[in-house]
This record gives sequence, structure tokens and C-alpha cells, in this order.
Amino acid sequence: MSEMKNMLWLQSGGCGGCSLSLMCAESPNLYSALELANIRLVSHPSLNQASGRETVKILEDALSGELRIDIFCIEGSIMFGPHGSGRFHMASGFDNKPMKDLISELAHVSDYVMAVGSCAAFGGITAGGLNEAEARGMVFDGDIRGGLLGKNFLSRAGLPVINLSGCPIHPDWVMETLYQIAADSLSHSDLDSFYRPRFLSNRLVHHGCSRNEFYEFKASAQNLCEQGCLMENIGCKGTQAAGDCNIRPWNGSGSCITGGYPCIACTEPGFEEPGHAFLQTPKIAGIPVGLPTDMPKAWFVALASLAKAATPKRLSVNAVSEQITYAPKSKGKEE
Amino acid sequence: MSKLIVGPFNRVEGDLKVNLTIKNDTVQRAEVVSPLYRGFEQTLQGRDPSDALIYVPRICGICSISQSIAAARALAAVQNLTVPHNGLYSQNIILAAENAADHLTHFYMFFMPDFAREIYQDEPWHDKIHTRFRALRGTAGKEFLKARAEFFHLVGLMGGKWPHTLSLQPGGVTRALEKQELFKLKAIVAAMRHFLEQTLFACSLEEFNSLKNETELENLAERNGDFQSFYRISKPLNLHKLGRAYDRFMSYGVENGNKAQFFKAGLFQNETIEQLNTALITEDVSHSWMRHATKPLHPFDGQTLPASEDNGGYSWCKAPRMDGQPVEVGALARHLINRHPLIEDLIAQYGGTVHTRVIARLLEVSLLLPQMEDWIEQIIPTETFCHHPEGGYEDGEGFGLVEAARGSLGHWLKVKNGQIANYQIIAPTTWNFSPRDQNEIMGPLEKALLSTPVREGETEPVAVQHIVRSFDPCMVCTVH
Repeated sequence: MSEMKNMLWLQSGGCGGCSLSLMCAESPNLYSALELANIRLVSHPSLNQASGRETVKILEDALSGELRIDIFCIEGSIMFGPHGSGRFHMASGFDNKPMKDLISELAHVSDYVMAVGSCAAFGGITAGGLNEAEARGMVFDGDIRGGLLGKNFLSRAGLPVINLSGCPIHPDWVMETLYQIAADSLSHSDLDSFYRPRFLSNRLVHHGCSRNEFYEFKASAQNLCEQGCLMENIGCKGTQAAGDCNIRPWNGSGSCITGGYPCIACTEPGFEEPGHAFLQTPKIAGIPVGLPTDMPKAWFVALASLAKAATPKRLSVNAVSEQITYAPKSKGKEE
Repeated sequence: MSKLIVGPFNRVEGDLKVNLTIKNDTVQRAEVVSPLYRGFEQTLQGRDPSDALIYVPRICGICSISQSIAAARALAAVQNLTVPHNGLYSQNIILAAENAADHLTHFYMFFMPDFAREIYQDEPWHDKIHTRFRALRGTAGKEFLKARAEFFHLVGLMGGKWPHTLSLQPGGVTRALEKQELFKLKAIVAAMRHFLEQTLFACSLEEFNSLKNETELENLAERNGDFQSFYRISKPLNLHKLGRAYDRFMSYGVENGNKAQFFKAGLFQNETIEQLNTALITEDVSHSWMRHATKPLHPFDGQTLPASEDNGGYSWCKAPRMDGQPVEVGALARHLINRHPLIEDLIAQYGGTVHTRVIARLLEVSLLLPQMEDWIEQIIPTETFCHHPEGGYEDGEGFGLVEAARGSLGHWLKVKNGQIANYQIIAPTTWNFSPRDQNEIMGPLEKALLSTPVREGETEPVAVQHIVRSFDPCMVCTVH
């Protein structure tokens, strides 16, 4: 087994939801999982015994090198406002120190740096609207390099900031990344161009979608709470968004889509500003603009019109119903 | 006279700092500082109103459902949209799950670990509490995390995921339930009931929630539950005398007159319960790092304009007032206004203190679970779960009120030309952790901290820690 690793966790301009989601980790629970992975949580704002001066001491020891930091996790966006001063988030317990400066200093003394959630990765929801908060990610500002740490930051282990995007993260995304770090197994080739783990971005939210048959036949819901595909009329981005949300269930059995709501692509940079209302599907001449990323438009149009013509009544009716109206027919059993 | 800055406070949700002035080993003055501003109200301006349901849950990872429901109610009010029976009960069940989980997270993860501190190492109970409740390594943590994660399967099934559940809508919920799923939901609630009865209360939920007074509570004190571990040390540590604020309490209840009303609305002051009038709510920014308005404003007309320079304020939090006065919100307020006999007895004896706040929160858990079981029974799968508006948003205004785990949460919304023209939020901890107002009247926590004893040499006065956490603050909601 690898040596015990010290993990330090800080929160900045976010909601704490990634920590709260992480606490939903199962098989095993979060504390057992960390223990078994030989990871010691030296400080976490919600979970540690220490408070106040004791916490500040831990952070100072980390900065001075007294306390080795193997894994530094930052949750929440980095707050630059107002006017680049960082005054929207000052570090409690330090004398007049913006949180962004503390985060940057800690990132430079840590072996691995992990941005947990879309806020820390890209700016996220905190960067919405006119972004008067001047919220950015650790390395990215939306999809552009230019976050807190500059374009080419490498942590002491030689890796860029690992971006676990998602709003919030799935607990397994964090744990499976941590397990790899704990075993000294995570390498650059495990990350994509946005430095997200490839196990996250090699898949689309669309994969394993429970509404797949409705998608195939373009049998679409007209309203929320109906069973049909949510892409044509209600803004679903599952065919364009990185994530294994419909393969790896959330909270036992869920996903946004099984909960009846379209995917809002929360793992993607800039998801907070889609350029239209979230529940709208932008279309040109009746065809959705946001087609599956690698599908030629002409093919989509041809396939969609064929599929629509061939839609069984079972699907066209169920698509606009709250409950299943028509069940699939079992072969050979009817009188 | 000495000054002490206490913070960062761990084991609260978000960022908190408290500036204390200490004289003769007691707190003489307290300033409660919320150091983080994000600006959700500004971000919402000009958006499609339905986008609020993407943004507002993300104000807070621990109360996201409450934020969604407040927004959904405000949006429904603008559209004159009613919620069908199933939609209403589904929303109630999901909210109750979040509230119960939050109370338990507070007890197990945030509040109890303080008694495992070194400062208590000479107390006869310390070893046992340390083994059970110390942060990260205590035996209770793992047991509770497992029970909590399994309990949230309820939200996974009904809403897709938690937090930032998107299924809550103005017209109900986006997830219709099938008959067999109701039985699954009941099984999930039953599993949590089992944990609570075996591990927390050491008695049935009904036995606990029908307690009439503290004498009856004392009769349970020798049982071997986690609640009793707290109860037995609470009075010896004087927690029943610690952290008393104004004893003026508010609950929004459910004002829309719906038949699933669980909490009553009201204002408790001068030992009587009065009718609530939310038109009398204002927010004052005289001690906030906000551009100073000429006078306190009702949230329909409220503004959130951060000052570009340090303007002499001491918090990003505004100071909400009910008819000019600070009020305390939370489970204690709710059950006082609901007239629960145990809470009436505790308030009559001690007022709002660390002791009474913690008991009220756990009492609420014991009431929520049976209520959830009842609501699940009420769902009729053959009926609709969601009403849909006809057409888009017309000009109008509306507000949505909800009782979140930590207390009264309100969203006030104006719509013009199909867009959000103003959006103002007052969260529970905004009430409880408010700074002073233009009349120098302190917020409830600032008042509650006065006269708190500080032991010699303490840099993190443990009594201050208990008082602050007894409110179960959510700082990310506070300023938003």
C-alpha cells in the first residue's frame, strides 16, 4: 500500500453542495472510503474537529512545509471581485488576505490539486450573468485558459489541476479519482483537454438514458413530467454533455433525467450561460441547433423524419403522458 | 477589555467569523461577519423566470430543496398556477427529507463533535463522547453517513438527485410516481425510522414526539441513545442558560392555505403568538458592505448593490427586520408557534437557548418521519403530478415562503416583459446572523453571545462555539 496521503480541502465561492454530495458516498461510506484509501483529511470546513486558530495553524503549517499536503481540493469558484481585489471573499483567520491568494499559495505547495465541481473548474454558476463577482476557475475561466493559476500550471506531482466538473459532483467521481491518486496511479493521459478525468468525459449523459427509445423515434415530451424525449422541445443537452449520469445512478437510482428534468450540461464549461432559457431547445427551421456533437446535420434530419414516421403509437402516446399508457406487447401471448 | 476574532468556524455550512470584545471573562460585544458575497440576486435580473429554478438551488448545497420550493412558489404566484394534490405532497415529502437530513447532519457532524474537545477531557463523560462523536473518527459518523446516504435515495427516486434537485416546479413535480414506488419510498423512510429509534432516540418516534414537558423528557434520560448522550451533559454544562437572544420567534408556516399545511405561521413575542404580516418585513443595509439605501426596504423593492469600497460595514449580510425588530427563526420557532407542549414548557423555563434549540431540532425529526409516511399514503398515482402554465410569464409579482431546516426562507419576485425585473431572497440565517441595523439593534446571534463566559486563555471560546452552532447556520444562504 502507498504511504498515507494528507488531503486538505477548502471552499470558496460556491455552495458547499459538492461536499454535501460527497457525504452521500456509498459502498463504502465517505469516512470508511478515505480510511481504506489511506487518505487523512487534515482539514475540511464541514467535517473537521478543528476550528478557528487550530484551522489557521494547519493552513500555516501547510504553507511553511511543516505539514505535507499531498492532495489539495478546492470547492467553489475563485472570487476576484470587486475589481480584482478578491474582497468578496476574504480568508477568515488571516490578516487581510483574499481567499484567492491563500488558494494560490496552497496550490503551489501541494502534490496534486483537484478542482471539485464546475465552480472550481470553470467558474460555474457563480460566474453567471454579468459575473460581477468576477468568479473564475482554478485554471479555466469558462472554456478559456485564464483562471487563478495561469495557463500552464503544474502541481508538484507534474499534473495540471484535475477538474472534477459537475454541479454538484457525483461522489464516485471524487472517490474514484482519489483512489487513483492514493495509489500513485493517476497520470496525465487519464485526463482530457479540460483536465477532466476521461472516465467522466468518455461518455455522454445520453448513454444509458432511460428515455432512449423515445429519442430513437423522436417521440418527444411537450411538457415537463411527461415521459418522452426531452431534447426536441425542453432543452435537454444529454447528447452533448460529458458524464455517466445515466450509467452510474445518483442517490440510489436517480439522474436529472429519471427525475423528469432535462440535462443542463452541468459538467461543461459555461453551462451557466446557455444563451437561451434552460427549458428551451434553440432551433433553426424546426431543427435543434445543438445536435449530438459528432452527428452530421443532414443525417440527423433524415433519420429524425424517418423515425417520426415510424413511431409506434405506444411511444407517441406515452411520450406525452405522465404514466405509461401503453405497455409493450409481449409476443405470442395474446389470444 | 480585549478583542478576539473567532474564525474560520468549521462545521458550519460556509464562511463565518465573529468579532468579540471581552471584559471580565465575558463577551461584551459581538459582531457577526459573513465574509463571502456571490451575488445571486443580481445574476437573476433579466433572466427568463423559469431559469430561477436552475440558479437558486445552487445558492446552497445543504438547503437546495428549500430554495427551489421558495422559488417555485413565487413563480406559481406570478402565474396564478395551482399545484395538484400529488405535486404538493411530493414537494412536501422531498422537503421533509432534506429538513430531517439537515437536522441530523447538524447533530452528528457539526454540533456534537464540540463535546469531544480537549477542554472537556476531565469531565466524566468525555471518553464516551470522544469515542462516539469526535469528527471523522467517531463511531457515530460512519453509522450516520450510511443511514443518511440511504435516506437520500428517496430524493434520488423522486427528484433524480440531491442536492440541486431540478424536479421541483411551480406546478408540482416533474416525476410521476408509480404504485410500487410508493412502497419503495415507505421502505426508505422505514429504514431511517429504524436508525432513529435504535440509535438516536432509544425509543419510538411517537413516544418522543408526544412528550408533554421536560419532566417526561427526563424520564427518558437514562436510555442509551445518542440524544440522551447530549441530554445528560446539556444542563450540567449550563447549555439551558447559554445563548439566549430576544425570545422573539417567527415561522412562515405555509401561508398559501394548502391542505397539506404542517407548520403554522405566526410571530411569537411578549409571550403570545400573533398573526404574521410579511408586508412588515424590511431589509436594512446600514452595517453591511452594501451601497447604503436611504431607508430599509421591503424585499419587493429591495436592492443588492455591493459597495465597491470598504464603507465601514462589517458583513455582506443585510439586516432583515419584522416590523422593525430582529426575530429568531428555526425549528424552535416552528414548534413554539405550532404550540408543541414540550417546546412551550422548555421556552417557559429557559427561553431560546442552546439546550432548547437542539431539542427542538430533534423533536422535529421525530415529527417529520411519521408525517412523511402519511404524505406517501396520500399520493394517488392515477392522478396528475404537475400543472402547466398556459403561455409564458406576464408582468406581475409574487413571493414564495417556505420553512427550511434552519427557518423561514422567502423569495420575492417581480416579472416585467417576460423577464425577472427584481429578485430578492431572505434566508433563515440572514435573520439569525444579521448585523446591526440603523438603530444599532443587534441581530439575534449578536444578542445571544452577550455575557457568554470565556475561560481563561481560550482563543476559541467553547461556549461561543456551542452558541453559534446551536443556530445551525448556513452561511452560503445568508448572503447568497
